[in-house]
Parts: sequence; C-alpha cells; structure tokens
Amino acid sequence: MNRKNTEKIIEWLLKSSAIITILTTVGIIWVLLSESYSFFQEVSLSDFLTDTEWTPLFVVKHFGILPLISGTLLTTFIAVSVALPIGLTIAVYLSEYAPKRFRKIVKPLLEVLAAVPTVVYGFFALMVVTPFLQKLIPGMAGFNALSAGIVMGIMIIPFVSSLSEDALQAVPKSLRNASYGLGSTRFQTAFKVMVPAASSGIVVSVILAFSRAIGETMIVAIAAGQQPRLTANPLVPIETITAYIVQVSLGDVPHGSLEYKTIFAAGMTLFIFTFILNNISFWIRKKFREQYD
Amino acid sequence: MTNSQKNRIKDRIFEYFGIASTFFGLVILAIFIGNIVVDGISRIDWDFMTNLPSRKAERAGIFTAWSGSLWILSLTTLIAFPLGVSAGIYLEEYGKKTRLASLLEVNISNLAGVPSIIYGLLGLEIFVRVFQMGNSVLAGAFTLSLLILPIIIVSTRESIRAVPPSIRAASYGLGATKWQTIWHQVLPSSMGGILTGVILAISRAVGETAPLIVVGALAYVPFAPKSPMDEFTVMPIQIFNWVSRPQHGFTVNAAAAIIILLIITFVMNGIAVYLRNKWEKKISW
Repeated sequence: MNRKNTEKIIEWLLKSSAIITILTTVGIIWVLLSESYSFFQEVSLSDFLTDTEWTPLFVVKHFGILPLISGTLLTTFIAVSVALPIGLTIAVYLSEYAPKRFRKIVKPLLEVLAAVPTVVYGFFALMVVTPFLQKLIPGMAGFNALSAGIVMGIMIIPFVSSLSEDALQAVPKSLRNASYGLGSTRFQTAFKVMVPAASSGIVVSVILAFSRAIGETMIVAIAAGQQPRLTANPLVPIETITAYIVQVSLGDVPHGSLEYKTIFAAGMTLFIFTFILNNISFWIRKKFREQYD
Repeated sequence: MTNSQKNRIKDRIFEYFGIASTFFGLVILAIFIGNIVVDGISRIDWDFMTNLPSRKAERAGIFTAWSGSLWILSLTTLIAFPLGVSAGIYLEEYGKKTRLASLLEVNISNLAGVPSIIYGLLGLEIFVRVFQMGNSVLAGAFTLSLLILPIIIVSTRESIRAVPPSIRAASYGLGATKWQTIWHQVLPSSMGGILTGVILAISRAVGETAPLIVVGALAYVPFAPKSPMDEFTVMPIQIFNWVSRPQHGFTVNAAAAIIILLIITFVMNGIAVYLRNKWEKKISW
C-alpha cells in the first residue's frame, strides 16, 4: 500500500471519529422524539402542559409537567442567586484587585468546587445543610428545595467566576488605564468601565450557570425530595425533572409502558430548556463579541 | 468627608468583600469535607474495602462498587481516549474552515451543554436496547464515553493549537507527509495538554451517577463484574443508595465511601495539574 493511500485512510478514520459527535446529537434527538411521540399518543399535549398534577406512578394518573418544571426552576433560581453575586464578586476581585500570584493559586483551587462529584454535594445538602437550616427555620421539611439549591449554588460558583473573569480579562488594558488616568478608584473602574465592557461575556456565564443548574441531578434527587408539587415554597419537598427520571430508573418499570415513556417526555422538556439557553449564550457570544482595535 | 475619601472607603470595603467571597466556597467545602472525615474515617478498614454489600450496615463493604468503578474507568478510557483525540486532530489539522467543520464545532459546544442525565436516556435506548448490551458495564462505559467526548475534543484542540506552525512547516520542508508530521511532531509536543484533558474528563466520568442509574446500573450487585457484559454498580451509586437509607450505620458507610471517592477524584485532578505544569516548563518555543 502506498503512502498516499495510508494518508487517505487515516484522514478518513479521524473524520469518522469527529462525525460520532454529530451522530450523538442525532441519537439524542431521535431517542427523545420517538419515545415522546408514543407518549403523546396516549396523553394529550394540553394535559401535559396544563394539568397541575404529576402522578404517573399512582393509581389515578395525572401527567401535568408543570409541578416538575416549577420544582426545577425553584432549585435553579435559588442556586443562581447564591452563585451569581459570589461568582461575580470573585471575578471582579481576581481580575481588578488581586495580585497576579494570588490569582494563579486561587483559580485552580476554585475549580475544585466543580470537580467534587455531585453525589457528594447531595450528601452535604441532606446531612449538613438541612439540619443546620432546620435550627434557623423551624418547620422546614427534611427534604426541601432550599438546601439543595444553596449547595448547587456553591457548586456552580466556579462556572460564573471563571467565565466572567475571562470576559473581564478580555477587555483591553487601555480602557482600565484610561479610567485610572481620570482619577477613578479600582471600584469605580471595575463597575463603571470593566463590567459594562465585559457585560456580554458575563451574561453568557450566567446563562450557562442556569443551564447547568437546570440539568443538575444528584443533589436534588438526594436532598429536594420526590414529591412533585406546584409551589414556590422552598421549605417543602418538591421534585425536579431530573430527580423524577432518577426515581423511575431506580424502580422496575417495564420497557414500553406508559411510565417508561414519561421519562423521555420529561427528558425532552429538560433538553428543550437547556438547548434554548445554550443557544442564546452561543448567539450572544457571536453577536456581541466586543471588538477593540 | 469628601467624595474622594468616600470612594476610597468603598474601594477598600469591596476589596475585603472580594477576599471573603473568594474563600467563601472553599471554606464551606472544607467544613463539609471535615464533617465527612469525622463521620467516616473510622469506618475505613480492610474489611470495608473487601466486603460485599450487605443488609447490615456494619458488615457492608464497597468491593463491588470500587471494582465496578475500575471497570467503568478502564473501558471508558479505552473508548473515549482514541475517539476524542482523533476527532480533535481532525478538527484542528484537517477540517479547518469547511462547512462540516463549523457544523462539528457548533455541535460539540452544544453537546457540552447537554445535561448528563440526557446521555443516560440515550444510552438506555441505544446501547441497552438497540445494541442489546443489557444493563452491562459496557453499556455504561459507552454512555459515559459519549458524555466526556466533548471535553477531550476541546482540550485536544487547545493543546494542538499551541504547537507553533513553524514546527509543521519545518517537518513538511523535510519531506514528511501530513500524518508523519502530526504523529512525530505535533502529537509528542502536545501530549501533556492532551493527557491533562483526558485525565480530567475521566475523573468526571468516575464521579458521574445519574446517567449510569438511567442505563440500569444497580444499587445492589452481589458480585464484582468479571466481564464487560456483567451487571455492575459504581462508587457514586453505592453512596447514593446508602444516603437514601434512614439508618445511621448506612450514613456512616456513605461518609466512608465518599472519603475514598474524593481521594480518587483529587488524586486524578492532582496528576492532571502536575502534568500540565511539567509540560509547560519542559516545552518552550
């Protein structure tokens, strides 16, 4: 075999590996669509979207996704309200205040927060944070959205801080120097010049944090409960979309049954949420990429 | 107080606030881990590592769990490492600026944002049912491989991009073919970065729970897997199972297993950071 053919074969092999990623996406969409399709043969779309109860595993079955969505959004909002202020402060501090050496040591340390397996965070939420909060808030249930949300927020701090810091670092130094030259303090420079200049990158980091929190599974499966309910009360047990999929997967649900198909309908809903968020962030990055030259 | 004094005070206050925020997460994590070590460290002994699961907390061990994790780790590496690195090489060295390349790029960044549990649903339908692998280690490893592929591809591309074009030009100038250039020049000098990315990705796979629960890894497996087609459990699922039980004995078991899992995770991350630093120092263009 001559050299030219070998080169061709190698290129073809490399290309096929790359194409597997496209097959993965096609596979995900096909699996979700086909199982959801047969789910919607048995349950009407309007029931799915408007019914306020989700009880597919009970004798009297209701298939309203709203309680699962509300549970997902509740934990997500709690997580982001923890991660956003802290993550953004860290980003501004590291980019505008901290000495270079300090930044070099602290950044990988912060990444440790995201490297800890999520099942470990679930343990923390259930065994440490919930008992602690129960002392402060009497009447809080053992499973609740608040502990799960807070711990999830701590986990996604590095997502917000590292992407936002990258955005701040990408702003040209001349802007910062100009601001100092006008006599501004670091605080004024950070919040009146740098943060606005890096705003698109910061928004992207927040959107990705949302998307990450919506898809997070083990923390909420362990600490938030398994009781789907349409509520904004963070102190009672709820269930998220992801926790429901875990709950069904742990049980013995036969393939092809309606219960089996519910996890794909739930998965489809989850996928649509994260897909939209990821694409918004992608679009912002493309559209609002600050050009300085 | 003048305006400039006020501004200076604000500036100083934010500085302290920034330091406090930076250490907030780390301090909380330290408290958590301290808690776990206190709960679980005395439970770790030889029996805990070598015992099979049991209904009695004090007799239960993590033998099936860690051997399952070891199987998953090895198979996932075998599948994802060659695939991910090949795809990364293709995107960086061959497929630049074609329509396929930009499609691949958008697609990979989208895949990286898909929640891990969705990969579980994919694996359940494709590997477990269509390919008839059943609830086996192999089905789990394939599922996790697809999950970590985007991470490996991205880090491979970044490391390859860091190799200056002059190296390639010199190699071509000496009459080497494209693949010879990649194999003998580009890959050796970017291997540090590639390995770092692969280890980080694998460490992520070892900690994954949700997708494996969905593809049917079991909470209770009486034997360690002997072949890729056997049923299995992994460390995180064992932990999840013990956390879900009300008895205190199982909570202690969970804490002990978490200590082992954290050691594995931190050691892998440590190796990755070490490799990155070593290669950065060794190669300077």
